[in-house]
Amino acid sequence: MDGVSMRRTVGVAAASAAVVLVAGCGGGGPQSGGDQKLTGDKIVLGVLNDQSGAYSELSGKNSVTAVEMAIADFTAKYGDKAVTKDITVETADHQNKPDVANSKAQEMYDRKGVDLILDVPTSSAALKVADVAKEKKKLYFNIGAATTDLTGKSCNKYTFHYAYDTYMLANGTGKTTTEQIGKNWYILYPNYAFGQDMEKSFSTAITAAGGKVVGKDGAPFPNTSGDFSTFLLKAPTLTPKPDVLGTMQAGAELVNVVKQYNEFKLRDKGVGLAVGLMFLTDIHSLTPAALAGTTYTDAWYWNFDAKNREFADRFQQKAGTRPTFAHAANYSAALQYLEAVQAAGTDDADAVVKGLEGKTVEDVFLRNGKIRAEDHRVVHDAYLAQVKPQSEVTEPWDYVKVLKTIPAADWRSARLPLTASCERVTL
Amino acid sequence: MSGFAQNTFNGLVSGAFYALLALGLAVIFGMLRVVNFAHGAFYMLGAFGAYVLLTEAGVPFWAALVIMPVGLGLLGMALERAVIHRLTRLDPLYNFLLTFGLTLILQDLVKLRYGVQSSPYATPSLLSGTVNFGLFDFPTYRVFILGFALLLCVAVWWVLTRTRIGMVVRAATERPDLTRAFGIDVGRWVTPVFGFGIGLAGLAGVLAAPMRAVNPLMGADLIIVVFAVVVIGGLGSIFGSVAAGFGIGLVQAWGEAYLSNFPIVSQTIVFIVMAVVLLWRPAGLFGREEAPA
Repeated sequence: MDGVSMRRTVGVAAASAAVVLVAGCGGGGPQSGGDQKLTGDKIVLGVLNDQSGAYSELSGKNSVTAVEMAIADFTAKYGDKAVTKDITVETADHQNKPDVANSKAQEMYDRKGVDLILDVPTSSAALKVADVAKEKKKLYFNIGAATTDLTGKSCNKYTFHYAYDTYMLANGTGKTTTEQIGKNWYILYPNYAFGQDMEKSFSTAITAAGGKVVGKDGAPFPNTSGDFSTFLLKAPTLTPKPDVLGTMQAGAELVNVVKQYNEFKLRDKGVGLAVGLMFLTDIHSLTPAALAGTTYTDAWYWNFDAKNREFADRFQQKAGTRPTFAHAANYSAALQYLEAVQAAGTDDADAVVKGLEGKTVEDVFLRNGKIRAEDHRVVHDAYLAQVKPQSEVTEPWDYVKVLKTIPAADWRSARLPLTASCERVTL
Repeated sequence: MSGFAQNTFNGLVSGAFYALLALGLAVIFGMLRVVNFAHGAFYMLGAFGAYVLLTEAGVPFWAALVIMPVGLGLLGMALERAVIHRLTRLDPLYNFLLTFGLTLILQDLVKLRYGVQSSPYATPSLLSGTVNFGLFDFPTYRVFILGFALLLCVAVWWVLTRTRIGMVVRAATERPDLTRAFGIDVGRWVTPVFGFGIGLAGLAGVLAAPMRAVNPLMGADLIIVVFAVVVIGGLGSIFGSVAAGFGIGLVQAWGEAYLSNFPIVSQTIVFIVMAVVLLWRPAGLFGREEAPA
């Protein structure tokens, strides 16, 4: 680099640093203005999720795409009547680490002027962000995490749990599989918070549905050897012989379990497979052939009906792939937030919460949706899905058929027995 | 009884992977004094290479079993020439950091192109059935892995003990200075040995593709245990690394089967064994104590 361009570069850098500084200072100012409808005259949505690790494909950058679609749809719908046209998205990678999630969430609320944080997979990280939302009194819609503590122990006025939780999975897969496929279960779970939580929820749901857990084992987590054969060999030898192997492993560990399940030919030995938590992207990587006949609970499926398909087509144009339920839920959550701001005429968190609580919602993701006022769980129809045999897969990504719609009423009325009572109301 | 035999068999299969990886690490460490942190990344590249060859060029498993180890071996040799040998005279920490950085680069390159989701790889049809040995059915593929790995270890042992090349490598591994003093050009063998170690990692990767999740982090998860295996066997000890590899596979399988009521123990058993071995024999089971300087 020669002297002149070097000097120019330094100059530009300094100037832009100055601009950033000024903008940064300015951003803090107008918040105190009482008659201001929107803080900073605009709405900022923050997508905080895993953008490089294990969950980056089921949520990740494509969640940002989904949120951008929601903004575009909102702006198109209201045109000049929209509360603002200045709606932007901030994103950050929390690397599935609670401490990173904590600091990124604070940064988003404090310095980036974010009004709403979305997504946040990984339960431990999700719970940290709930604490930040409570402290900053800013909104937080969790989509990617499964823990029921978001609407239990850690619930607060500003946190909403939007898409799914372990309770929904257990009552979907556990109950329905017991009723329709087989009564005797062997449960294999990763031995840490999520897995133990899942095992308890499933055991409860299975027993309640008249089934029986004939055996259960916690596999080491992370399973460094990648080998689950000890457990898979044990399953068919139990008495009574289990009809279903319920695996609570996720991501790469789920892939290992399924590969080895097929290797030991457990399906031929009469042991079916049910998966606690599975995303469309998991089926894609394992191939439908490896999973044919497996049942699981899906919070949303892209090819369920024409409405979903229309969304999925638009999504594919932008993202190049079909949406997982997490992507659809991010779209829906962003849209419902913007609608709530539009209705309230302000982005003041307390006013928006008031509008959201108890609201019934119907959109592409939320079917028979209701935002429960008492704990902020957003309940909606879920689906018991079964992976198709390869021969029935006629187009890319269309891997499952929906066996049954699990109505919101089936699992929303009962409170999870494990959950401590929500003390949000006393806030 | 049949349960015990099954667990033992599966332990040996896991052990076969540890043994192949540890063997490569051991010869590399012995010859170059380089702790090759990138070994797991090459294992991953082996598995990914098999996947890419199959899906993008239709190359079957059997061809990948030859192409990947040779290709990665050559890549390893180029790498040794290009960067690693420049740092061998410095503190071993430099090469440790270099190979660690290399691991991150390789992992992220694969991530960039193929994402983090695991990629599908089917068991070759010839090996997809089961074999009955009287007691119970074994998946044919596992029997193949165990046989293949054992054969390979015996072949390596034969080369090392019965050929002139092997003699030079062993001598250079154990006493490089003395070997040089005998007028043997140790430097000439450094690059091929590095390539050979990498090739073994690539081979283990191809073998793993049909039964493990093929994703950019598959090596990172495994390499920590393999380091423990090498330490238990004795740093640089070729026989020790193989024996410890199979041994650790067995210990893990038995631990999972019979200590499942004590998850804390069964999850950390490899490192418990390592700690005990180091207390008892600081140089590892088959390692030799360094002569006092």
